[in-house]
Amino acid sequence: MFLPTLIFVPSLTALAVLVCKGLKQVRVVALAGSLVQLVLSLLLFVQYRQERNAGNDAQWLWEWDYTWFEPLHINFRVGVDGISIAMILLTAFVVAAGVLVSWTMEKLSKEFFFLLIFLGMGAYGFFISLDLFTLFFFLEVAVIPKFLLIGIWGSGKKEYSAMKLALMLMGGSALVLVGVLGIYFNSDIGNGQHSFDLVAIAQTGISPQAQNIFFPFAFAGFGIFTALFPFHTWVPDGHSSAPTAASMFLAGISMKLGGYGCLRVATYLMPEGAQTYAWIIILLATIAILYGAFATMMQTDLKYINAYSSVSHCGFVLLGIGMLTQISITGAVLQMVSHGLMTALFFAAIGMIYERTHTRMVAQLGGLLKVMPFISTVFVIAGLCSLGLPGLSGFVAEMTVFVGSWQNADTWYRVATILACASIVVTAVYILRATGKAIMGPMSNAYDNLADARWNEKLAAGILVIGILAMGIAPFWIQDLVKPGTESIVQRLLGF
Amino acid sequence: MADYSYIALVPLLPLATFVLLGLAGKNRLVKWSGYIGSATMLGSAVISLYAAYQYFFVNGKTGDAYAEITALRYTWLEFAPGLSIDMGIILDSISVMMLVVVSFISLMVHIYSVGYMKGEERVTTYFSFLSLFTFSMLALVVSSNIFQIYIFWELVGVSSYLLIGFYYQKPSAVAASKKAFIVTRFADLGFLVGILILAFYSGSFDIGTIINRATDSQSEAFTGLVSAGFLGMSALTWSLVLVFAGGAGKSAMFPLHIWLPDAMEGPTPVSALIHAATMVVAGVYLVARLFPVFYIDEIAMQVVTYVGAISALVAAIIACTQTDIKRILAYSTMSQIGYMMFALGVSGYGGEEGLGYTASMFHLFTHAFFKSLLFLGAGAIIHFVHSNEMKDMGGLRKWMPVTHITFLIACLAIAGVPPFAGFFSKEEILLAAYQSDKIVYGIGLFVAALTAFYMFRLYFSVFWKKEAADASHHGEGTWSMKLPLIVLAGCTVVVGFIHFGNYISSDGAPLPTHFDIRFSIAPVVSAVAGILLAAYLYKKESDRPAKFATALGRLYRAAYKKFYIDEIYLFITKKIIFNLIGAPAAWFDRNIVDGIMNLLASGTARTAALIKGMQSGRVQSYALYFFGGVVALAILLIYIWI
Repeated sequence: MFLPTLIFVPSLTALAVLVCKGLKQVRVVALAGSLVQLVLSLLLFVQYRQERNAGNDAQWLWEWDYTWFEPLHINFRVGVDGISIAMILLTAFVVAAGVLVSWTMEKLSKEFFFLLIFLGMGAYGFFISLDLFTLFFFLEVAVIPKFLLIGIWGSGKKEYSAMKLALMLMGGSALVLVGVLGIYFNSDIGNGQHSFDLVAIAQTGISPQAQNIFFPFAFAGFGIFTALFPFHTWVPDGHSSAPTAASMFLAGISMKLGGYGCLRVATYLMPEGAQTYAWIIILLATIAILYGAFATMMQTDLKYINAYSSVSHCGFVLLGIGMLTQISITGAVLQMVSHGLMTALFFAAIGMIYERTHTRMVAQLGGLLKVMPFISTVFVIAGLCSLGLPGLSGFVAEMTVFVGSWQNADTWYRVATILACASIVVTAVYILRATGKAIMGPMSNAYDNLADARWNEKLAAGILVIGILAMGIAPFWIQDLVKPGTESIVQRLLGF
Repeated sequence: MADYSYIALVPLLPLATFVLLGLAGKNRLVKWSGYIGSATMLGSAVISLYAAYQYFFVNGKTGDAYAEITALRYTWLEFAPGLSIDMGIILDSISVMMLVVVSFISLMVHIYSVGYMKGEERVTTYFSFLSLFTFSMLALVVSSNIFQIYIFWELVGVSSYLLIGFYYQKPSAVAASKKAFIVTRFADLGFLVGILILAFYSGSFDIGTIINRATDSQSEAFTGLVSAGFLGMSALTWSLVLVFAGGAGKSAMFPLHIWLPDAMEGPTPVSALIHAATMVVAGVYLVARLFPVFYIDEIAMQVVTYVGAISALVAAIIACTQTDIKRILAYSTMSQIGYMMFALGVSGYGGEEGLGYTASMFHLFTHAFFKSLLFLGAGAIIHFVHSNEMKDMGGLRKWMPVTHITFLIACLAIAGVPPFAGFFSKEEILLAAYQSDKIVYGIGLFVAALTAFYMFRLYFSVFWKKEAADASHHGEGTWSMKLPLIVLAGCTVVVGFIHFGNYISSDGAPLPTHFDIRFSIAPVVSAVAGILLAAYLYKKESDRPAKFATALGRLYRAAYKKFYIDEIYLFITKKIIFNLIGAPAAWFDRNIVDGIMNLLASGTARTAALIKGMQSGRVQSYALYFFGGVVALAILLIYIWI
């Protein structure tokens, strides 16, 4: 497959959206574009399997290289392994669902859909980049639309949230930039030449001293994107002020850019640094998991509940990475995919409920199952996925993280693992509290005439539920997909 | 070796029903859902019975002992070579027995539900959840992999949650469903960590491999498990106690039992299937499944024994004071499971020593029949009087003859009166306890008397006591409700005569059980004493029960209040977890962590204003300064400090 297609399709879609007139044209074009992209991503997955089955064991598939700026050795270099493909699949699912739930976005619809597609394009570009400079470029591409999406289409204290999110993520980007520059100036790909090329740097390596200095920058920078404690406070405000599709994108895609970066840039390129700082990562991740879960328990707004629970769930991603075992890192990737699908579904359901009842406060809702069985079922499925019910994706991901973490035989890491496991109880508490109050229980008469989901909402939820079930019922395919990628990371951790 | 792969159909049939009815939604298939559910269950039950016949009588034995047959195995998730979650079907004497019990009782409950749930709005949903439960339970009992058990363990938990909360508009049902899920989830945490420990040392999730490696004193796994320790207990003890905690949560053992009485909020047939006959014995089954490993660890065995014995006693005492008939039955279930648990705890492994194991499984088997019969009978009674409270009942024998007789049979069985099923199994349990631990035997004997007392208190209060108002205008219930009662009553009379030791024993070899009339005297006398006391107090309306309660004073009140265990839990969760952990965490996040972030931002803005007077308010320019500074910092770092 010609990988730049994955960037061209959304770019073309975004341009086409700009020349369209009216909501009706815009949304059809946006949907068509995102469905094409979904098909392409599935095709990519199928072709990947074919290549691997045919015995192609190259680390990167379909590499493509275009020199962008010769003096600084900046190339537009792309290529994918299983981890990238998993993330691309996730992005395609979430983008399609996000476009579908925004079907009736009347306000500035052209700009709205443009930004959505543009954000998606940034994510695709990020996931296929093999050059640190382009990777950073696409990271920024994915940040800026978020500011506008929240600031313009948001609700509540949207200006504050948009500013907070933009500043914190830019702070994260700044740290990433330091890390990237540090890697660049310490790389040596022969003749004392520096390079942004991820593949070349991985082959030649960086000195351990430099790794110990720059690993924290890169990891913390990407970590901010994925709600690393204590830099997670943009998450609750940002998510809850954002319009539904933007919340889905934020939690489903943006937070994954961070996890992917932590893995691909920080851990892969600086394995010694990762080993030095593993204990801090594990400490912060464990805090995020438990503290996030307890904080979630006290929330009264559905979006805040899901946002705080994202802090807790993304802690599993960081924990999996910090444990540095093959299984735990695989678990981290699975958790990224699973959390992306689940949280997008959750936000979609919350958005549908909010649109009808005009409230997100748990205390004001009640018994919605009676009038909106479909939406309620979707909410419950997302909730059960969040609390790690077998058969849904969350279970597979969390168990892989737990089993992988346990392989790290350090006693304190074991304690961290047990504490992380304990969060599944707290998760059950907050999920069942919200479900018991909002979905079950007596219903207020004011909701008597509310309608259930429309076709576009059903389709959006359906896409995400299929993803969740596919991963939850038959996890072997995604495991096979991700494993070679994590193996190459672990090999570097073990010093080849 | 015979091919048993057709057994996959046993769980798959209910799964198909679940998918079909689940996709149909609440409005379609309303008329047909009960029949579809029952028909597929009939299929499952017939296949299970056939498989049981094949296994026990035709080709299950290798040499003299029943062998373990792997009928199917499929790798579901491979973490590392050797360390994988396999989905499979394993047949040995206990899994075949459980297949029969689960599919048969589920069939009875399905048939009963057709009548009981008639006219309910969400019948389709009801039957789809019931099928989901049956599927998960059947897949649980045939698991060959400990993670497979865990997976279906969670799935039976969620089915139970969904069914307890079936009347979702009732706040008490919602609260009960939440409580059931969260309490068992808490216990499952122990189970999960236990699995992680066991699997780490034995290098496998496969139960057979774990047992082989952990019980072989020459193996690396064994040395690892015994030598590694934490807080003074070996890894082996920790893992087994934690796994047992999971089992204790599911089986409502003290002190994790608080969810079971509340779970009675669910429809009564659900209580019969899930909260009496099948899911709640999963904990016992789990211990039995890992029995060879439990057996080598003395502390774990002691824990099993005493948790079981205490649960049996506490539950029986509480049951004597309750007034809601379903709650009485719930406590009675807990008490009977306590019997099964301590029977395992006092058991040895292999040969004559393994009597407790056989007795435990025997009691699990007989209990499934008479307890589901009791619940289904209670359902018929509740259907008839529209109340759960005993004070609203009395004299019902006249209007509900079938329910009356079948209920009486079940009461006699659970009380341990010969020749009904409960007598034989309880007898074996007491004998096993007598041979190994006299204290436990004493508790068991006392609980036997209490059991007889509270069951007949219930029986006399419902069917005798006062004259019932004329209720000839509405009948006892449809045939679909009566038929299961009659069938189960028949089973309750018959199954006690099975020579259980011939088929199920700790090591698979036949265990001859002797029946000693002299040993039976004590249990039977105490049962009869309990019945007579109940008859004296409750057969006719009188002030005797009140006087009796006053005479017991504090003990009565404490038992009536369920020993305040719920209040203790409430204190811990509300006061400690919510107010001392949750609320401060949320406050800390909003005020301290976020406060610092905001302070940083406003500090930066103010500094910028002071220095440059260029407060443009545009994020772009802020970002530009930010990046400028960062690049400068990077250059400093790279060229000067290094």
